[in-house]
Amino acid sequence: MVQALNAALRDSLRADPDVHVLGEDVGALGGVFRVTDGLAAEFGAQRCLDTPLAEAGILGTAVGMAMYGLRPVVEMQFDAFAYPAFEQLASHVAKMRNRTGGAVGLPLTIRVPYGGGIGGVEHHSDSSEAYYAHTPGLHVVTPATVTDSYGLLRAAIASDDPVVFLEPKRLYWSTEDGLSPAEVARAEVGPIGRAVVRRPGASATLLTYGPALPVCLRAAEAALAEGWDLAVVDLRSLVPFDDETVCAAVRATGRAVVVHEAAGFGGVGAEIAARVTERCFHHLAAPVLRVTGFDIPYPPPMLEHHYLPSVDRVLDAVARLQWEQ
Amino acid sequence: MTILDASAASGLAGQPGSPGPTDHGPTDRGPVYHGPRRDPGPLLPGPEPVRVLGTPAARALDAELLRTLHRRLVLGRRYNQQATTLARQGRLAVYPASTGQEACQIAPAMVLRETDWLFPTYRDTLAVVSRGVRPADVLATMRGHTHGGYDPRAHRIAPLATPLATQACHAVGLAHAARLRAASGPAAPRDVVALALVGDGATSEGDFHEALTFAGVLSAPVVFLVQNNGYAISVPLARQSAAPTLAHKAVGYGVTGRLVDGNDAPAVHAVLGAAVEHARAGHGPVLVEAVTYRLDAHTSADDATRYRTAQEVAAWQARDPVTLIERHLRDAGLLDDAARATVAAAAEELAAEMRSELGAEPPAVDPASLFAHVYARPTSQLREQAAELAARIAAEADPAATGWAGTDPAGGEVR
Repeated sequence: MVQALNAALRDSLRADPDVHVLGEDVGALGGVFRVTDGLAAEFGAQRCLDTPLAEAGILGTAVGMAMYGLRPVVEMQFDAFAYPAFEQLASHVAKMRNRTGGAVGLPLTIRVPYGGGIGGVEHHSDSSEAYYAHTPGLHVVTPATVTDSYGLLRAAIASDDPVVFLEPKRLYWSTEDGLSPAEVARAEVGPIGRAVVRRPGASATLLTYGPALPVCLRAAEAALAEGWDLAVVDLRSLVPFDDETVCAAVRATGRAVVVHEAAGFGGVGAEIAARVTERCFHHLAAPVLRVTGFDIPYPPPMLEHHYLPSVDRVLDAVARLQWEQ
Repeated sequence: MTILDASAASGLAGQPGSPGPTDHGPTDRGPVYHGPRRDPGPLLPGPEPVRVLGTPAARALDAELLRTLHRRLVLGRRYNQQATTLARQGRLAVYPASTGQEACQIAPAMVLRETDWLFPTYRDTLAVVSRGVRPADVLATMRGHTHGGYDPRAHRIAPLATPLATQACHAVGLAHAARLRAASGPAAPRDVVALALVGDGATSEGDFHEALTFAGVLSAPVVFLVQNNGYAISVPLARQSAAPTLAHKAVGYGVTGRLVDGNDAPAVHAVLGAAVEHARAGHGPVLVEAVTYRLDAHTSADDATRYRTAQEVAAWQARDPVTLIERHLRDAGLLDDAARATVAAAAEELAAEMRSELGAEPPAVDPASLFAHVYARPTSQLREQAAELAARIAAEADPAATGWAGTDPAGGEVR
């Protein structure tokens, strides 16, 4: 996935001279996860700019650049390091188009590596998607596959609206069997805002995104032994939300579980459960359940396996979906 | 006892490679300081604010410049008075006056080129008007029917910023981008400068410091004008900063700091103009602190008598920017009664225009516009909500046609 993201940045920089990458350590180091590897060498230190270590300054500078017509791509090294920039994000990035009556849009992409499961110490494993999804004016995108990483990042950079692009850290080293980089680049992922059914099923529907997708796919495999044929929907985009694909998948099975690793209370899962209930109530045989992280600060590495949604927790939820005896 | 001695209890001292207590500077073991060591001298502001009026330098001032400054100050004062009155009449939801600070407000438009950009705060509506935006358009935000009444691109003026100092970062980014564009495209405007206006309170905000850091490191063609008007709402500068002056803050970021008397219009014009040309010439950013005073309260909704004395206000009224320049013009024989009457008439004309445009009912706004500019294309969720609102408005307009009976006196819906 890191290589796909790197290729997406490289191809965007090649395609459009207005695209600029900026952030802490994105230059010579190539980013702490190497997503910007080699970009400064190919495009120069101006178009792949190592900035001072100041997230509000990074994003605020990018706002000014975007106001002048550039397309900045900002890297926020880790999820929890993006919080100092939240005022810029909420007060300016999200609202500029609205405040100016459409005169000034901000074609900004904000890359945020997010989530746990990599043994990170504190402040390195937050799932911050609900903060962004709750802020009107932002698109919030999170790929879970290699091809989506490439295609959605290209689409985010091409978007005339600001996109918070959440990169699941624990999938950074994932690969897609049998696909060459050229095939990844050619794969059609569609515009931002479309969910995709990763696996059809008839018994119940798992609704998930980002780092929890592989967990749900493994759970669906394991569920076959219990006699459950689970559909898995990868949301890919939290804002805009693909009600159509989600509701069609839920209506087809009559049962749904939302799975994400962020804390459950006030989380994206609550929104999804409410939307599905409002739209599919008469198709539902059971309440929409959630499998999420606990409502606690992200735990230390040696305890994170208790916190993260696991195959077992997903199957336990499926078991609670009021199956007829 | 040093800090390192104190940390011995936790086992830090004595570890291989940890610096010893006497390790305070370059030694024969190699350099320990990595930064660029610049001579701070050229960056430092002078010990006293630059003044022109009342000094021998004032005799050399161009008469036409003085008359222009005077005219703009008088019109600016009338603009502040009229907007304050409109707020008291309820025609504006609120008005943060720049009364007393007019010299700082009119100078930006006089020193910026058309291709330069201005980044104002909510208090800087006079600076925006001075750059050519109609009063009704810049005050539209305070009127309450829109968030922004002027096109930022057309005027090269960013939207009024309310969260303090955030727009200083934008100014840096825009200045940086303009220079990148000029370097890569021959058709792009050359030598663009961005000017960010902030108040003294904003200099305490993190974004102010991040903006200065970025401006210094990028050597961006940006100028920060700090209007030090004495108070951040009610908190006086002494509780805001312990710096020698706010202009001194620049030096730590490698930015040039300059200090000017903010009530001395020729001085503000000269110092801000020099700062803008310094940045334009590629010599790096400048932070100008203008020492001025907010003669009115923080906003029309504030009571300044709770936190400052009448004596203090009276002392600053004696140094009113309009008074200072009129005294000079009269002493120099540059302002007779006829000229003064002409300026006064122009000010009344401006006030009448403001009353006529802002005293009337605000323009009707289509509720559908609520959803129009959230994204380049509305999401399906916004389209649904827009349709719901449109249906509700249609039903309220014609309850009989839809069978919907409207609302009961208690506010509950009756179906």
